[in-house]
Amino acid sequence: MTDAPSTAGQDTIWVERDALIDRIPRWLAMTILFVVVVAIWDLVTRMGWVSPIILPSPKETLDDLIFVGRNLITGDYMLTALWTTTITVLYGFLIAAAIGFSLGVLVGETKFGERAVMPYLVAIDTMPKIAFAPLFIAWLGFDISSKVALAAFIATFAIVVATAAGLYAASENERMLFKSMGASRWQTLIQLKMPTGLPYIFTGLKIASVGVMAGAITGEFLGGGKGFGALIRQSASQMNTPRVFALILYLSLLGLALYFTIAWIQRRFIFWNKSERPGAIG
Amino acid sequence: MLMEPRLIEAQSTAPPARPVYEIQRLSKTYARNNLTALTDVNLTLRKGEFVSVIGSSGCGKSTLLKIMAGLLPPSSGRVVLEGKPVMGTRPDIGMMFQHATLLPWKTTVENIVLPIEIREGRAAAKAAKGRALDLLRLVGLGDFGNVYPSELSGGMAQRAAICRMLIADPAVLLLDEPFSALDELTRDFMNMELQRICLEREATAFLVTHSLAEAVILSDRILVMKPRPGRVVEEVKIDLPRPRTLDMINTPRFGEIVAYIRDLLGREAFV
Repeated sequence: MTDAPSTAGQDTIWVERDALIDRIPRWLAMTILFVVVVAIWDLVTRMGWVSPIILPSPKETLDDLIFVGRNLITGDYMLTALWTTTITVLYGFLIAAAIGFSLGVLVGETKFGERAVMPYLVAIDTMPKIAFAPLFIAWLGFDISSKVALAAFIATFAIVVATAAGLYAASENERMLFKSMGASRWQTLIQLKMPTGLPYIFTGLKIASVGVMAGAITGEFLGGGKGFGALIRQSASQMNTPRVFALILYLSLLGLALYFTIAWIQRRFIFWNKSERPGAIG
Repeated sequence: MLMEPRLIEAQSTAPPARPVYEIQRLSKTYARNNLTALTDVNLTLRKGEFVSVIGSSGCGKSTLLKIMAGLLPPSSGRVVLEGKPVMGTRPDIGMMFQHATLLPWKTTVENIVLPIEIREGRAAAKAAKGRALDLLRLVGLGDFGNVYPSELSGGMAQRAAICRMLIADPAVLLLDEPFSALDELTRDFMNMELQRICLEREATAFLVTHSLAEAVILSDRILVMKPRPGRVVEEVKIDLPRPRTLDMINTPRFGEIVAYIRDLLGREAFV
């Protein structure tokens, strides 16, 4: 008889497990949260704790969602309004992108831009930009152009800052490499700083897409017109709260579409930023 | 390997090769803080020679390299490459940095021909792709021409950077701690690769390094520098035979040389 341990020869396998709350897959987690929120919402309205004018029940909201959805699909007046807002948002975004990018290059690439332009931009950026809405309406009237201007105005600064930061992002080594190769300022900008800064610039564009929506809708609230913002204000003034909820939900789809279009272009464009560098092999 | 413990005397029997890079009475003072980064540096790199500079941080070795690369103007002295004074960056100077700095949106081959693209345009760069592939084979990366740098390991990326440095067939290679970001095993291997490539191409190379062992195993001569003000205190000839092998690190001769230089650098270099 030997006194070898009784477990001799057996593999000591064990499994590391996450806690239950960390193991819920995304789709299920999202569903659970959604159901919980709607259930509380339903309970609150059903028990009469909140007036239906302030908070409509989920059922009423769903009915209005279907009503507005049907109106949109059949191409009725709501679709025209949504289209007006879409055009406003797109124009605003394109103008913000063009101006923001140009100013960003000026600020990020030249000392003059950094020293002279940036302080004024920061000063304007700290102002509550929505307060400029009456000015734009006074200057450009009640049609779409004043809304486009406000939307672009609100969204521009994020792109300026992101572009400038992106141009600073190239490392000291990379700049030295380009200098040692005799690269001109233009070559360094186009071949090194711009591509390095692209992820930053896209982040700026994403932030701008949110700002442009806020600007367009604010413009429509304050300056009337034929957009979705005007519809929302109209429904609100009629105390039609479920309609306001439904309109906001459809409006958010427009914002999401813009955001995810930018994200999609980013993934197509910046293929090199997707995966992290694998560990050294030798 | 029997060698006498001579350190300083030259043991060359062949006639000295043609000088490639010549520096005379070089000084650099930064006007802003009136700091003397370099004073009275004299140096001649001959064809096919491998020279290293070693010293603590602040001894001016990076400044020296930048002046040699034409990235920084000297305050006084003469800096001459292949008979022409260095007054700015030049295509016949090849450089390598601590990090490979490959552009992630270009393939390995496109990265290697980047210096050609910058200086001579897209068409010339395209025409140079064949040469780039030859260079990749030289460094053992023949199959990696069309991959993006994210698929290369640290050592592979530095080998691609070697190719980029060699693509314009430079007269001198300036190496700024090129492998110091790699792990030690990879670093040893890369040093031997660097030696092989330099011997094969009869390259004239100048290396800035923090590693004594690396300097000794690679160099024909080592400049020992000290700070405040930055100056060359001694030039040590390394009489280990070529080609060098990693085994030499374990020889008494290697140990003697390392000890001698460490003594030169003195305690002050490390405080």
